[in-house]
Amino acid sequence: MTNLVSKRVVITGLGAITPIGNTLSDYWDGLISGRNGIAPITLFDASRHGCRIAGEVKGFDPHDYMERKEAKRMDRFAQLAVAASKQALADAQFTINDLNAEQVGVMIGTGIGGLKVLEDQQEINLTKGPDRCSPFMIPMMIANMAAGLTAIHTGAKGPNSCPVTACAAGSNAIGDAFRLVQRGYAQAMICGGTEAAVTPLCVAGFVACKAMSSRNDDPAHASRPFDQSRDGFVLGEGAGILILEELEHALSRGAKIYAEIVGYGMTCDAYHITSPVPGGEGAARAIQLALKDGGLTPKQVSYINAHGTSTPMNDSTETAAMKKALGEYAYKVAVSSTKSMTGHLLGGSGGIEGVAAVMAIAHNKVPPTINLENPDPDCDLDYVANKSRDLQVDVALSNSFGFGGHNVTLAFRKYVG
Amino acid sequence: MSANEIFEKVQKIVADQLGVETSAVVPQASFQNDLGADSLDTVELVMALEEEFEIEIPDEAAEEILTVQSAVDYINSKVTASA
Repeated sequence: MTNLVSKRVVITGLGAITPIGNTLSDYWDGLISGRNGIAPITLFDASRHGCRIAGEVKGFDPHDYMERKEAKRMDRFAQLAVAASKQALADAQFTINDLNAEQVGVMIGTGIGGLKVLEDQQEINLTKGPDRCSPFMIPMMIANMAAGLTAIHTGAKGPNSCPVTACAAGSNAIGDAFRLVQRGYAQAMICGGTEAAVTPLCVAGFVACKAMSSRNDDPAHASRPFDQSRDGFVLGEGAGILILEELEHALSRGAKIYAEIVGYGMTCDAYHITSPVPGGEGAARAIQLALKDGGLTPKQVSYINAHGTSTPMNDSTETAAMKKALGEYAYKVAVSSTKSMTGHLLGGSGGIEGVAAVMAIAHNKVPPTINLENPDPDCDLDYVANKSRDLQVDVALSNSFGFGGHNVTLAFRKYVG
Repeated sequence: MSANEIFEKVQKIVADQLGVETSAVVPQASFQNDLGADSLDTVELVMALEEEFEIEIPDEAAEEILTVQSAVDYINSKVTASA
């Protein structure tokens, strides 16, 4: 281990398409102003579904980012990823060319992949027959295609892959990309998460799991992490992308540096397919590993962007995990769940929440947990209720946990030369 | 259906499927060389033509349909035959 290459890795570009804003600045404005992104579902007729609300991306036109024909051959989850990746590269003023292409990679996670195209084609299969299925179904549906298409659209020829660890996928992607740059396998990585699973089958499946909010009459208050009356998560969609770059490379081209990524912790509960292990020991270990990886102590942590799904199980278990990992100091850390505003983007959540954590460091401002009216007695930390807060943010963590028992924590730190 | 009507319908389908301007879909245009179709586009295009004209285009015939005109000719022969 001692001989491993270890380079510093910084964030030089960000892109976000979310239920509360379709650019980085719109998204950040939404986060700090406590903007609600949840509304009745418009992407399909949800009248027969137990949950009829979601955080949809509004007014996204893929043709702003790609040709009509290209857009037609992509499921929405891939369109969102390609678009957010282009935003992030532009923000970083990073040009991929013949000289650096092999040193730039892509790591974009998704929990579900192209479910919309799968549902549409299965309908055709059943009604018109298997001969009528589109030749584009498989390449549109497969979960890795957001990463593959982002490479096609940007020319990034380096390492390319796609973690599919449910709701931890976006954070796994950022963590895996961090390792690749840290160990010298790439100079820069386009990384994050994407999801577009507001579809009839996906909502039906999550409703059947009893995981979703049924507060259909009051969408603006349905996603209420850590609140006593929370009744499940609200599905969201979107993509969040970060450009990770080796420090010397970033400095040599005079890039703006938002923050440094310093830690990646990853564990598994090895307990149950959907429920977190009681007490949150798996999540606690992920937090501890991220701190250790980044050479950090609990007292250095300023802010945690929580997984905070608004399910009864997650929020109390995650609270227990943060206390287990940080001890008494957990009470001094600002914790918020931005899912209160965006809903839960599944594999996309780690992407947009990584962006939120980095922006908190860059702006010394912490987004709130909205809809937190009566905190659950088991949720007794400082959740930055309802209003954003000015705060010196030196270290920010981002938690993401997925079905399967996946626990991921990322540690970001203010860049100091 | 006249050959001209068939051409106009084919033109529209090709423009839609391949994301090109209708004006580019001229009789002599080759799907792959002139209109930017790849192998998957070609499969989808043949399916769309089958659906529109309610005909079946066997694989061997589809392989010969390389230009707009060859599509129109093939459909014309099928539609006329079944009329």
